[in-house]
Amino acid sequence: MWMLILTELMIFLSLIGSYFYVRAGEASWPPPGIEAPPLGRIVVFTFVLLGSSVPMWWAERAARAGRMGGVQAGLALAWAMGAVFFANQVVEFRHLGFGPRDTVYGSLFYAITGLHGAHLVVGLVMNGVAQVKAALGKFDGGRHLTVDVVSLYWHFVDAVWILVFSTVYLSPHLLR
Amino acid sequence: MDTNSLTPHGPDAAHISGLFWLMVTMGTVIYIVTMTALVVALFRGRQGARPSRFSDNAFIVGGGVVVPTLVLFVLAFATVRATNKVTAPRRDAVRLEVVGYQYWWRVEYHTPVRATTANEVHIPVGRPVDITLTSVDVNHSFWIPELAGKVDTIPGQRNLLHLQADKAGTYRGQCAEFCGLQHTHMAMLVIAEPQADFDRWVRTQARPAAAGSAVFEHQSCAGCHTIRGTSADGTLGPDLTHLAGRRTLGAVTAPNTAQNLAKWIHNAQDFKPGSLMPPVPMDPAELDALVAYLETLE
Amino acid sequence: MTTTLEPAGQAEPAEEQVEVVWHDAPGLVGFLTSVDHKRIGMRYISTAFVFFFLAGVQALVMRVQLAGPNESVLSPRTYNELFTMHGTSMIFLFNTPVLAGFGNYLLPLQLGTRDMAFPRLNAFSYWVFALAGTFMYLGEFIGRAPDAGWFAYVPLSARAFSPGVNLDFWGLGVIFVGVSTTVGAVNFIVTIFKMRAPGMSLSRMPVFSWSILVMAFMVLFAVPALTVGTALLEADRLFGTAFYDPSRGGDVLLYQHLFWFWGHPEVYILLVPAMGMISMIVPTFARARLAGYVWVVTSLVGIGFVSFGLWVHHMFATGIPPQALGFFSAASMTISIPSGTLIFAWIATLWRGSVRWSTPLLFCLGFASIFVMGGITGVMVAALPFDLQAHDTYFVVAHFHYVLVGGVVFPIFAGLYFWLPKMTGRLLSEGLGTWSFWTMFTGFHLGFFPQHILGLMGMPRRVYTYDAGLGWDTLNLLSTIGGFLFGLGTLLTVVNIVRSRKRGAPAGPNPWEADSLEWSVPSPAPHYNFLTVPVVDGRHPLWSVPAGGASGALQRATPLTAGLEAEPEPEIMEVPEETYVPFLTAVGLAIVVVGLLVEQAVVGVVGLVVALAALGVWLWRTDGDLQ
Ligand code: HEA
Ligand code: HEA
Ligand code: HEC
Ligand code: CUA
Ligand SMILES: [Cu+2]
Repeated sequence: MWMLILTELMIFLSLIGSYFYVRAGEASWPPPGIEAPPLGRIVVFTFVLLGSSVPMWWAERAARAGRMGGVQAGLALAWAMGAVFFANQVVEFRHLGFGPRDTVYGSLFYAITGLHGAHLVVGLVMNGVAQVKAALGKFDGGRHLTVDVVSLYWHFVDAVWILVFSTVYLSPHLLR
Repeated sequence: MDTNSLTPHGPDAAHISGLFWLMVTMGTVIYIVTMTALVVALFRGRQGARPSRFSDNAFIVGGGVVVPTLVLFVLAFATVRATNKVTAPRRDAVRLEVVGYQYWWRVEYHTPVRATTANEVHIPVGRPVDITLTSVDVNHSFWIPELAGKVDTIPGQRNLLHLQADKAGTYRGQCAEFCGLQHTHMAMLVIAEPQADFDRWVRTQARPAAAGSAVFEHQSCAGCHTIRGTSADGTLGPDLTHLAGRRTLGAVTAPNTAQNLAKWIHNAQDFKPGSLMPPVPMDPAELDALVAYLETLE
Repeated sequence: MTTTLEPAGQAEPAEEQVEVVWHDAPGLVGFLTSVDHKRIGMRYISTAFVFFFLAGVQALVMRVQLAGPNESVLSPRTYNELFTMHGTSMIFLFNTPVLAGFGNYLLPLQLGTRDMAFPRLNAFSYWVFALAGTFMYLGEFIGRAPDAGWFAYVPLSARAFSPGVNLDFWGLGVIFVGVSTTVGAVNFIVTIFKMRAPGMSLSRMPVFSWSILVMAFMVLFAVPALTVGTALLEADRLFGTAFYDPSRGGDVLLYQHLFWFWGHPEVYILLVPAMGMISMIVPTFARARLAGYVWVVTSLVGIGFVSFGLWVHHMFATGIPPQALGFFSAASMTISIPSGTLIFAWIATLWRGSVRWSTPLLFCLGFASIFVMGGITGVMVAALPFDLQAHDTYFVVAHFHYVLVGGVVFPIFAGLYFWLPKMTGRLLSEGLGTWSFWTMFTGFHLGFFPQHILGLMGMPRRVYTYDAGLGWDTLNLLSTIGGFLFGLGTLLTVVNIVRSRKRGAPAGPNPWEADSLEWSVPSPAPHYNFLTVPVVDGRHPLWSVPAGGASGALQRATPLTAGLEAEPEPEIMEVPEETYVPFLTAVGLAIVVVGLLVEQAVVGVVGLVVALAALGVWLWRTDGDLQ
């Protein structure tokens, strides 16, 4: 799993590298006529997403201690926070004034955030599977690899968001 | 015609071929030494393993680390020197612009007068030349081996190439970046001539054509080609205002003779399958008139 | 999945009993379902060789067209398709997988374990490779082969200039085969970290296994850049995004950066395992231990690291400012230090030893003499100003055939002569092997040496013909003759292999008196590899007396170890039975890829469903927990 995360991280880094590479060659960024994505709402939801690592961590601890109730609650809460974030992304995309085909800026924006979104969906599905397994009583203090794997992946998706957020949301405001 | 990078006729190519000969010499020595060591190592233990006077580490560090590091220092020094020479800005340079098209080159002069031609670059002997390079479609690479190294022409980017010819003559070069079906026949000629001849040539190129041609204008030609001074102002194909003054047709695919011209117009695909000029069918009388007209475009 | 060792594990189990536990289905069923690393490894090797011969024949057809000026054997389009498929096949479908094949076969045997860490994943990566290769060749069969060169630069490869599906076969195929390489790399790494025999600390690991480890890490860091580069290309082609379209702000050079960020390490991804093989074979025939084990391993790791800082040397002519290029020029030259270290380590080994002549050694020597030359021309083209002349000419073509054929194909042939007896139980003929070597060696130099001169004389690469009167005729003719001679030499080895199946002398467990663990088991190696898992107490296990260790043979299981020192873990790993699931998952993915190709969402969804269903079964069967 660690190895997989390593390659995934490289994929994100390649894309983010591409973002800054293209940006370095442009006179104005985002290109004229396009507003940088607004920061207000996304900051709030960023905290929601990052915050979801807390219940996930809690679930992991509970699993190790054999408290199955804690596992279920932690997973469910993390799932809900992830889903809320995702829903916000979908809503917000509708209101952005540019599409993936207009300019390279749009292409990069959607590719990076879209890839993150896809990872989040995978995380949600894996989390769901873990919840089903927990409900069926498949875990105990000794057998909880699924929880560990899900939580590792979850933390990864959260951590990558920090990179993605700094790149596509923060950087156009900060570095002009 | 020669296109040999090792028979340089300009300072840039000369610096590079100097570097080349230095590297070949060092490389040959390294190769011979390494292979000798290998052969000796192979045969030295014929009568059974013999202990070595050198420790393994002496061998490995000596041959694999110390010697290469020394060699690389020399090489790095020579490389930096040659790099500085070929990229140094030039004073009093002739400036021109070359634009890559799928399978031909557009050549633009801004000084001393504005002029446009194709596939043929005239330069004054003994003067530095700065060529700005770009492309309208895919990547190409402008390269005259006897004068300088190559630089790519890339859409959305303007690159700079310095060159200079120290001897009058015609130098051939060829597109070096794969660009599609007729990458093979995307050559160009650089003609280095004394300053006075060069000036005369540019002024000729800048002049519009004396007359138009009905055939040229009512056939599809005018949609792709420009003949300055007439209503033909297409930009997909080469400017033909002074076609008859050019030595070759289709980016050095064939000599520029009346016969070849007629064949080219009839079906350019026979010369250059995949070229972007379509066959233009017309009756022989029209074709003759057209060729006769084009032949006047000195 | 893990279980605990049965208490009676110390006594050596009876062979018959073990055979029953480790049965493998025969025939077609076995072909589609086996997860045995040895069968998969051999299959990798044979499939890759099919692509080698396809690509070889393509090259020879090209050489016929180039034998004389203005030939018209091929149309320009066919010629472009041929060199594209030749280069693509050789790199993606021959070299990379054939080395993965050797890795697959040898790694568990050298490490003293019974299979890879994830045997089903292993089968999956084979199937993905085989299907991706087939997919890429589909274009050739329907007359729509990719034709933009093996690196498919934009804008030429963009929709606007390559409207047909040709390039989609390339782009999607490359992404698809990348999945196989990545999954394979994960498998190699985990196997090395978790499954070395007790006592085999990293510092006792055979150099070939080390080279696989380095290669796998390079894959994990490099392949994502290729995946992103080609995925953005396909997004532009299929969905109309603007990544590489300069008219909408896109950047053409971005593609080149992404491609070569993978492309340069890739050539060392090929070279490193090849050098690992050489490091096993040379000491065996020098009858001496490898000189400077630590130097060798450090150099391999060093090549791995440095190779990520060189990619721009493929882009010297793109107009990047010379100050930036200077860094990459110098960095490229420094790689000759670890390479030289390796060469001298092998020379030092031979120096101390007493040589026994044999075909594998001949191929190693062929490697050394060709590779050093290719390396030197590599350093020459790394010198920025000279590359401005040599770039995209036959000088570069000569350079990379010297390093790819000399540096990788010759070691692969050495490896075949060395390890095939282990795989089949039969020795190859030395006489035929010697003939094959000398034919290949002579043919190679005749074929590729003249190309250096052609490049210097101004002949660009990727031209389907050339005019008479440029002085290129004779050299091209020689090159063509050499190419055929080289091809003939490879055929002699094929004959040798076919012949050995019936008439080869039995190999016995250790025909070469080599020192690593794969030579401690019978040839061909039994399905379970080791009756009892050995305990390793040095770098040359076969030179000391192997001690029996924990078994698990009767449970279809193999021990796990942990840490640098390979200390035994309390748990052992069960080796899964044969299953269709990896095959079906791969087929599902292939259908997705075809769906993208024909731009039919339905097909894509069907594929996704098949893949997910197979994956579901896979995860469900994984008792208790996820892998
Ligand atoms: C296995 C494959 C392989 C290997 C090992 C190498 C090895 C090297 N390559 Fe090569 N290369 C390719 C495969 C490979 N290459 C391919 C496929 C291309 C073309 C891609 C394409 O465009 O299609 C290419 C192209 C290529 C280019 C771009 C050329 C161009 O397109 O213009 C450059 C430029 O720097 C380069 C440099 C080098 C260098 C410095 C090494 C070094 O690693 C070599 C180091 C080895 C030695 C030097 C020999 C041993 C050392 C000694 C005996 C010690 C003493 C030596 C000295 C002090 C010099 N290579
Ligand atoms: C490992 C990699 C590898 C290998 C082994 C080879 C092997 C060969 N290559 Fe390869 N080549 C590349 C990798 C490789 N190549 C790459 C990456 C490119 C760049 C592509 C691009 O530009 O996009 C390239 C490009 C390339 C070109 C340049 C094309 C161009 O730019 O226009 C040429 C031209 O001569 C060529 C020739 C050959 C030949 C003759 C062989 C021979 O060694 C082949 C030997 C033949 C066989 C193995 C087949 C077996 C023989 C038979 C079945 C019949 C024999 C019959 C008789 C003898 C009668 N190759
Ligand atoms: C659809 C566009 C198109 C049309 C129509 C067209 N041409 Fe062309 N022409 C081209 C292009 C593109 C080239 C460059 C081809 C090459 O070298 O690959 C070219 C090249 C030529 C050349 C060679 C120029 C040189 O310097 O090498 C001549 C002469 C020529 N065209 C004449 C004509 C005439 C006469 C007609 C009409 C009867 C005509 N063309 C119609 C596109 C066109
Ligand atoms: Cu233009 Cu190649
Ligand atoms: Cu490289």
